[in-house]
Amino acid sequence: MVDLTKGYPDKGYKIIGKPVPLMDSRAKVMGQALYTDDIRLHNPLTIKILRSPHASANILSVDVSEALALKGVKGVLTGADFKNTFGVLTISKDEPALARDVVRYEGEPVAAVAAETAEIAARALDLIKVDYALTDGVFDSRKALKPTEHPLHPELGRKNNLHKKVVQEFGDMAQGFEAADVVVEKRFRFASINHAFTEPHATQVEIDNKGNITVYSATQVPHYLHMAMAEVLEIPEHRIRIIKPHLGGGFGGKSDPFPHEMIAAKFALDLGRNVKLKFSREEVFFSHHGRHQTDLTMKLGFSKDKGITALGLDTLIDGGAYGSFGIVTTYYNGVLLQGPYKVPNFRFHVERLYTNKPMCGAMRGHGGVNPRFASEVLLDMACAETGLDPAETRLKMIHKENTLTTNEYRVTSVGLRNGLTEAIRRTNWHDKHDKLPFGKGIGVACGFFISGSALPIHWNKLPASTVRITIDHDGGVTVFSGATDIGQGSDTMLAQMAAEVLGQPLENVKVISADTRTTPVDLGSYSSRVTFMAGNASRNAAIRMRRLLVQAACELMEMIPPKYDRPEPPEDFFRQGGRKPDFEKGFLGANPDYTDGFIFEDGLIRSEKHNASVTFLEAVEKALEQEGILQVSGTYRAPKMGGKFKGSGAGLSPSYSFTAFIVEVTVDPETGFIKVDKATCAHDCGFPLNPLAVNGQIEGCIHMGLGQALMEEMIYDNGATQNPSFLEYKIPSAFEQPEVDIVPTYSDDSEGPFGAKEAGEGILAPIIPAIANAVYDAVGIRLTQLPMRPDRVVAALEREQKGGAKA
Amino acid sequence: MKILTLTINDVSHSKAVPPTMTLLDFLRDEVGLTGTKNGCDSGECGCCTVMVGGKPMLSCLMLALDAEGHEVTTIEGIAKGNDLHPVQEAMVEKGAIQCGYCTPAMVINGVHLLDNNDSPTDDEVKECISATVCRCTGYNSIERAIHSAAEKMREKQHG
Ligand code: FES
Ligand code: FES
Repeated sequence: MVDLTKGYPDKGYKIIGKPVPLMDSRAKVMGQALYTDDIRLHNPLTIKILRSPHASANILSVDVSEALALKGVKGVLTGADFKNTFGVLTISKDEPALARDVVRYEGEPVAAVAAETAEIAARALDLIKVDYALTDGVFDSRKALKPTEHPLHPELGRKNNLHKKVVQEFGDMAQGFEAADVVVEKRFRFASINHAFTEPHATQVEIDNKGNITVYSATQVPHYLHMAMAEVLEIPEHRIRIIKPHLGGGFGGKSDPFPHEMIAAKFALDLGRNVKLKFSREEVFFSHHGRHQTDLTMKLGFSKDKGITALGLDTLIDGGAYGSFGIVTTYYNGVLLQGPYKVPNFRFHVERLYTNKPMCGAMRGHGGVNPRFASEVLLDMACAETGLDPAETRLKMIHKENTLTTNEYRVTSVGLRNGLTEAIRRTNWHDKHDKLPFGKGIGVACGFFISGSALPIHWNKLPASTVRITIDHDGGVTVFSGATDIGQGSDTMLAQMAAEVLGQPLENVKVISADTRTTPVDLGSYSSRVTFMAGNASRNAAIRMRRLLVQAACELMEMIPPKYDRPEPPEDFFRQGGRKPDFEKGFLGANPDYTDGFIFEDGLIRSEKHNASVTFLEAVEKALEQEGILQVSGTYRAPKMGGKFKGSGAGLSPSYSFTAFIVEVTVDPETGFIKVDKATCAHDCGFPLNPLAVNGQIEGCIHMGLGQALMEEMIYDNGATQNPSFLEYKIPSAFEQPEVDIVPTYSDDSEGPFGAKEAGEGILAPIIPAIANAVYDAVGIRLTQLPMRPDRVVAALEREQKGGAKA
Repeated sequence: MKILTLTINDVSHSKAVPPTMTLLDFLRDEVGLTGTKNGCDSGECGCCTVMVGGKPMLSCLMLALDAEGHEVTTIEGIAKGNDLHPVQEAMVEKGAIQCGYCTPAMVINGVHLLDNNDSPTDDEVKECISATVCRCTGYNSIERAIHSAAEKMREKQHG
């Protein structure tokens, strides 16, 4: 048995830091876990959606009369049935539930049918007559910049198809490049890619006799869906209950409210019937929301002694037809370059364009993945030109603990240096880099990522996460949280928090999550926020509960209860004064120890000092005497931080994770085929709460990064999706997945729950440039276009042989 | 409509089914065995894999009527009561389950392999899961689980 805790410090925790299988694994492995489409409502209608066959057209008329006349059809909806548009960001609510007057992408929902059976619904779709007048579409972000009389979104009042433009500049770029020993610049291009989660989108809606609805949906963001749905349906939120059943993968692809969710709820309300709906795989690809197609030019100044002296980039991202998370993506394409190294002079210019293609949105590593590729490849080039070792150079450049980045991010814990040092040692980097035979190569790259966004995307003063904990008369602990387990294991993490603090075995802790009726608000699973934010909230709630129990135990033992020198969490957990961090004083953090002179273990609450104890159950009973229920809440809100300039909140996070990859490849120069033989990963996720889950995230990120690096791309022809299936959109199989070596890497984050930071997204970005850099080491070509398909490798090799290595 | 009699997980079911109904729909909608997943309905993802006559089959590509006369085993029929099959146990232990949507199919793949080969090579394990898509795990942990189950099963057999 491999000991997964090896290499990490033993902090004396009983449950935290131990490899525990996710608590729903048993149900899943037996086929008992219910996903949205597995729920069986009473006598539901089936919904099917008519989608536009055109990428760009005006809708002249929609005739649904024949469809409605078909026996078994109970209702038909069109764009005219919805007044309000929606979007995950309050600042770009530009998407209709059903297209009205215009269609903006192939596959856009135009009408929907609810019928007694799926067959009838399908037949009814054929009977709907839509009269389209085709219009000129725009399919390319460069063309979308050109002036036009007919932009996709005239409501913005622009004369082109720009959605969002962000330019930020810090320091003095000219001086920065002046100070450089070498300046490297390249244009990079990236295909759009899809999340390719295995569970297609699905929604079911149950309606009661008072017209209240319960929406079961495969969503990462029940809370945002709740708000958007109330607005679109024009009913109060309390009439809607959103429940997220087991979820078959999200990766950002289920983090928007979706048209089909609005359609299903509307049918249920209009018809007074339960309804169900599920996407085909083709519909998943049509609806997309994947990583933006990107065209970026980056310039990097590098000095042998000082590291990066300047970094500038101009980027176009192709947003497709609607906004989604796009404004955030636009910022992230720039700001996430502020780590893992100091960039003293920094400028980015990113524009997101609307085009007549399926929309792009958030996908694992959101916005940071493509620019990371560019910067890590350029850094590799700079090292090659100056004769420096690319691994040792990176090692020196990684942010120090407790520093402020140029754009005023507060970087606190950094554990990557040890991890990368060990990765260099384990891989025998120095014996291999630049020394392997032609066709074999080794490459390195690093990255960093946010642990949740410090600011909410809907501005409000509520905590970012709230968790409620109850204890029943028999001592059973229940954690209620709006956090959304999407397969990453957040329920297990929440339970670990409570179990550790309350000294209970994990089996005694139940988690009820992602149900807007019974669980307090959490903003959802995106931006790697759950462990840090909901985790802290759960821990804080558990600490409060602990104090109640200690109080009760003291009463029973006739002892004076301990005086806590700090008020209850979370009030004083952060120094809230001022935005400038005081690194000298350090942070009180959300991570105070809860030592109170009592030990919770083996079903007892024991006073260390008096060597007396009561049972946990006795304390629970005592504590129940007053109110009859035992319940507390805990919250998390990020401390105040960030600069005073416009857009300073983007990418601002209470803490950052750091990652390094060393990758070994074999390149076949004949076929252009790249085989990744081994990936060695060092990921600083603070203190790993559950190494089994962290390692799973690392291996999963390697898979997904590998896909983007080598094979995945959405292919469009004038807006028409060419590969909407797993047969044509290839993702790596077990044969492509490399051997993985995970270097135990950690830091002790002062604010993360038990020292933890994110582990779900940041890992993905650096594997891709590490592969590219290894390919350079193997065959001497710089690939600047993703995916690095065999034909591109062969073409680059041919160019290289002809002498002009311009990729 | 035709009457189909099918033994699924040792239980016999008789239902009238349209000739076009897939085995997957039959299992999920007629028999209520929703453990078998529908990730694409067209033979691309492998999530619908069940055992038909002892062989893993994509149930979305098979007509229910074509299964007549064969024993069908779904994920619900793998554990004996509360006792997990070694493959299931190892999947849990090795963290081979994240979202779990591919898991039923992966278990069927693994069980079938180990039924026929008690010491599979790395490539044989990869081969046996390669028709099923997993987007979460990168497959490494699933492979580890199958190897570890094989080991446990060998130990049990040889005392
Ligand atoms: S559902 Fe059968 S292969 Fe995807
Ligand atoms: S565990 Fe999610 S697809 Fe395999």
